[in-house]
Amino acid sequence: MFDIVAFIPRMVAQSIPLMFGSTGETITQKSGNLNLGIPGVMYVGAISGVIGAFLYERACGSADAMNGALTILIPLCACLLGSLLMGLLYCVLTVTLRANQNVTGLAMTTFGVGFGNFFGGSLIKLTGADVPSIALSATSNAFRTSLPFGQSLGAFGKIFFSYGFLAYFAIIVSLAAAYVLRRTRVGLHLRAVGESPATADAAGINITKYKYFATCLGCMIAGLGGLYYVMDYANGVWSNDAFGDRGWLAIALVIFTIWRPDIGVLSSFLFGGLYILYLYIPTGMNLAVKELYKMLPYIVTIIVLIITSMRNKRENQPPASLGQSYFREER
Amino acid sequence: MDNKATASADHGVAAVSLRGITKTFGTVVANDHVDLDIRKGEVLALLGENGSGKTTLMNMLSGIYYPDEGQIFINGEEVSIQSPKDAFRYGIGMIHQHFKLVDVFTATENIILGLEEKGRLDRAAASKRIREICNTYGFQVDPDKTIYEMSVSQKQTVEIVKALYRGADILILDEPTAVLTPQETDRLFAVLRNMRADGKAIIIITHKLHEVQALSDRVAVLRKGAYIGEMMTKDTNPQEMTNMMVGHAVTLNIDRPEPKDPKPRIEIKGLTVTSPDGILQLDHVYFDIRAGEILGVAGISGSGQKELLESIAGLQRVESGQILYVKDDGKKEDLVGKDPLEIQHMGVALSFVPEDRLGMGLVANMDLSDNMMLRSFRDGRSVFTDRKHPHDLAEKVVEELEVNTPNVSTPVRRLSGGNVQKVLVGREIASAPKVLLTAYAVRGLDINSSYTIYDLLNKQKEKGVAVVYVGEDLDVLLELADRIVVLCGGRVSGIVDGRTADKNEVGMLMTRLGGIDREKQEEVQDLAE
Amino acid sequence: MQNKPKEPLIHMTRRKALPWQAAWGIRLVSILLALLLCAVITTLTTGLNPAAVYATMFSGAFGTARRTWILGKDIAILLCISLALTPAFRMRFWNLGGEGQILIGALATTACMIRLGSDFPNAVLIPVSIVCALGAGAVWALIPALCKARWNTNETLFTLMMNYVATQLVAYFVIVWEVPKGSGKIGIINQSTEAGWLPVIAGNRYLLNILCVAALTIVMYIYLNYSKQGYEISVVGESVATARYIGIKVGWTIVRTLMLSGAICGLTGFLLVAGTDHTLTTTIAGGQGFTAVMVAWLAKFNPLGMVLSSFLLVFLSRGAGEIATIYSLNQSYGDILTGIILFFIIGSEFFISYQLHFRRSGKNENAAAGSAQKDSVKAVSPQSADILPAKADGRKENPDTVPAEQGEEGAHNV
Repeated sequence: MFDIVAFIPRMVAQSIPLMFGSTGETITQKSGNLNLGIPGVMYVGAISGVIGAFLYERACGSADAMNGALTILIPLCACLLGSLLMGLLYCVLTVTLRANQNVTGLAMTTFGVGFGNFFGGSLIKLTGADVPSIALSATSNAFRTSLPFGQSLGAFGKIFFSYGFLAYFAIIVSLAAAYVLRRTRVGLHLRAVGESPATADAAGINITKYKYFATCLGCMIAGLGGLYYVMDYANGVWSNDAFGDRGWLAIALVIFTIWRPDIGVLSSFLFGGLYILYLYIPTGMNLAVKELYKMLPYIVTIIVLIITSMRNKRENQPPASLGQSYFREER
Repeated sequence: MDNKATASADHGVAAVSLRGITKTFGTVVANDHVDLDIRKGEVLALLGENGSGKTTLMNMLSGIYYPDEGQIFINGEEVSIQSPKDAFRYGIGMIHQHFKLVDVFTATENIILGLEEKGRLDRAAASKRIREICNTYGFQVDPDKTIYEMSVSQKQTVEIVKALYRGADILILDEPTAVLTPQETDRLFAVLRNMRADGKAIIIITHKLHEVQALSDRVAVLRKGAYIGEMMTKDTNPQEMTNMMVGHAVTLNIDRPEPKDPKPRIEIKGLTVTSPDGILQLDHVYFDIRAGEILGVAGISGSGQKELLESIAGLQRVESGQILYVKDDGKKEDLVGKDPLEIQHMGVALSFVPEDRLGMGLVANMDLSDNMMLRSFRDGRSVFTDRKHPHDLAEKVVEELEVNTPNVSTPVRRLSGGNVQKVLVGREIASAPKVLLTAYAVRGLDINSSYTIYDLLNKQKEKGVAVVYVGEDLDVLLELADRIVVLCGGRVSGIVDGRTADKNEVGMLMTRLGGIDREKQEEVQDLAE
Repeated sequence: MQNKPKEPLIHMTRRKALPWQAAWGIRLVSILLALLLCAVITTLTTGLNPAAVYATMFSGAFGTARRTWILGKDIAILLCISLALTPAFRMRFWNLGGEGQILIGALATTACMIRLGSDFPNAVLIPVSIVCALGAGAVWALIPALCKARWNTNETLFTLMMNYVATQLVAYFVIVWEVPKGSGKIGIINQSTEAGWLPVIAGNRYLLNILCVAALTIVMYIYLNYSKQGYEISVVGESVATARYIGIKVGWTIVRTLMLSGAICGLTGFLLVAGTDHTLTTTIAGGQGFTAVMVAWLAKFNPLGMVLSSFLLVFLSRGAGEIATIYSLNQSYGDILTGIILFFIIGSEFFISYQLHFRRSGKNENAAAGSAQKDSVKAVSPQSADILPAKADGRKENPDTVPAEQGEEGAHNV
């Protein structure tokens, strides 16, 4: 039978990287930058965290010698720094140098995935392990620590309290992003930059500043998705290419949520569920059909994309200047 | 220079003083050592032809451009305005011709955009303040309405309220009435007068003399980037203002050969067009277009001119009515429902010069010769394009119309406005049309270029082409066109003879609201014939 | 001059045109600087001296006849995909679905080879496979094109999603056709009969692929620049309003062009399966659908230029692969180098399109900038000081200042 209590925690765990990725990309896109480098950024975020954790674990020698706070903070800061640098790179090229956003994004994905796999591979070699992966169990345990009373609440606890802190953080970040975008002055200005940079410029908003800020922040949030994946979802095991296409799925999710991070929380759960649904649908011996079920998230996204374009409701459209660079003297 | 600024402060408080402002774009001098004063509690009309540097000058006040040379004084103190934000700080608000509003935001959100106030964003408080401003000056605008649901005049109101909300004491309006109906214009003028009474300094950029007279206290004139002079509105008259604007008394004297044997070429019967958002653009329009004459179309911008031409060219979805094309053998064929290509093959050529000049009809990044090909590239059965003929045609157009370009392989975007228009009109004429539709063909052109275009149209007319000329300048229409159809709010409010009609008569028809009753339109048609 | 409180230090204007020599000079300089940076990074990671790095790269690409042929084969495939995407790009339709269109073409070819392999001779089977691959690719591109034409659906995101649908479809059929059962792989198709395999000509099994793509390059160049359809594509790309106005059926042009684009991607899938790989995996396109976007863009969508840009990228990845193999680094090393070089070239385009003017860098400098600026349309923007960090004067036009630093940071600090 379909075991809902077992399904939900897996669905949530699956959805958190997507939630980070899509929230980060939504913030970025609201500033008019279509960052197709997000998959690369998430790889870089993940591997930076892994490198940080790896070095710290090595330096300490054993799990007992590790300081609890540093165990979390070092990978976290490494991850944020790595993602931030990727964001800066994207901004320098597209905002300052007005390069084509699609090309820059794709180049960043090539670079980021390569970067992740290269350093991942190098670390694997350093450990001299037989299996092509690095296991950072001590760090992972810290990241996976859930609330102490979670276990005592049975099914309820399993569904709501069995996750590491990054999972709750993802939800908080998404809801906060939704609030900031909709309710605050900064959000209003950011949306104006993405909708009509010329208008925002005339209103005295510093376009460059907002684009840099939103894109870098977006990249840092997305990078956390990578970190969560390695440290929590994958139990601290890095293996090359394991992160897969989640970065692209996160971009799909942005469309699916019509650029609203609060809807993104629920949609991420939905996508997380769809992503692993094939494991729960009884298909008997027919393994092939499972592959077809894996299409679901993408097909659903395509349908949403078509429907929103058909309904053509102004509020649900992508930011009007998405994908275009802004040069003030070119009107 | 400082002395001069203090000197001017003697007669009235100068809210803004410009001294020796110079701005060049490449080799073009847009403003050449301009001195100008604007006082509190007055409306200054900044008058000048297209391209005389009015907008550039004001853009330097509003922080869009930065002057190459010169000084700006606000209330007697020298300032440096480097960005729109600086401009707000000095109390300068500018309402651009193209509104700077975010479509998916509400009026309130647009108005408070960019303001760095302390505390959290309080939309309700902002709406309340906006309502207060509206009540003070008599604006009518709903702060919670989204911009894309608004009419042009409402958007303009939002722009003005935005400036006032920011505490603007100096308000610059760039051709504010170009997009308004007469009623809306009256309403705008009423609020501007209220603001003047409130002690604000108002600059209105325009080239409409009657508005200058109706609203302003003082007139300053620019010509070719240079400051020509200023006078009190009450002491001057349209003739003097025109002379200052153009530099010499204009007697247009456009040739107008008698039409030879004009016969109907296109009969428009009950043409009705609705825009995608449901606004009636053309409402049961009746008239005919005759071979061998120039039919002028007059009307305030946005009265349905564009829709009319596009309907004939097959680019508009027509709601109802007929556009009958009369062939040489007298047979009639309805153009409604035909695709643009078919209509083009029947000999209808459209040269529409949009506001940005390049939006339709020409491809900015392609060279002259490739642009010539736009019309003819389908000719012949080969799958390949014929590049020889377009190239020759481009050379011919360049030579005959004196297009100023290095060569025919220069991208069109590098040509100046006038030359772009010559290329466009030249190409349309080269297709040897039976009907030539032109709109705003002399928009932004200097006098010489304009006359070249008038000559071209007259030549076509003499060849027996039915020419439709949609224009902005009534004087030109009255001297060029054989008949003039006047559109008002999507209806034909009158059809007059270009030789006998006078400017007042046409001006009245342009602003006659609601036009004439629908039933009467056919009568008007009969009368005009 | 005047005593303004603040004056922008740098401002930028759009260049009107740069002679092509200068433009290529800037690109060349940026590539050289990128290569230099790559060498530094390689030296740091491997301890090699930079000259040895390049020698290794060169030998990785051209070291033996076999390597040269593989280089040629890889260029052919990448070029073929770039050619496929180009018509769409010229129309400003961002077809990021090359990956999926290739997979579908490969799937169609595989289906023909498996299902019809034993029934028909190659003379029939190969043409049938080609037609199926072209058709499948075309249909895959047609779906987003129709939505774009009808509802203006965002094609970038749509085509991106179609890639994954295609991947899963291939994954499904790989399991359906797996040999042996349970292996999750198809293995070499028709290994004994070679049914559906492209013939080996002149003793080399890559030559036919290379010749096909070479011919396609020329055809595409002519199609885009001299045919009526190519002209329509350019007009639609430049201005939809103008295209409508002169009677081009914009929707139909989009649909037709995308079908062409997809069909050629399908052809690439065919060349991969029938020409070289003789098997089908979900990674048969190997991300080249995305690399091709950059190849096409680097060449300014000019098919002849793409020969160069695809050579550059393939050379890099083969060369880096060699370094990785010899110094037992990871194969992903090539992706890092490719990324760095791309960042440099992408950044260098700015210096081709825009010009920087420095205000306080001395009278002479000013005069030079002023005269060079003669043809720029609009000038000073007060706020553009934030555009570039204030750099030392005299560096009027250093195309690589910013990306160089950025690239370095990206590589080291993480």
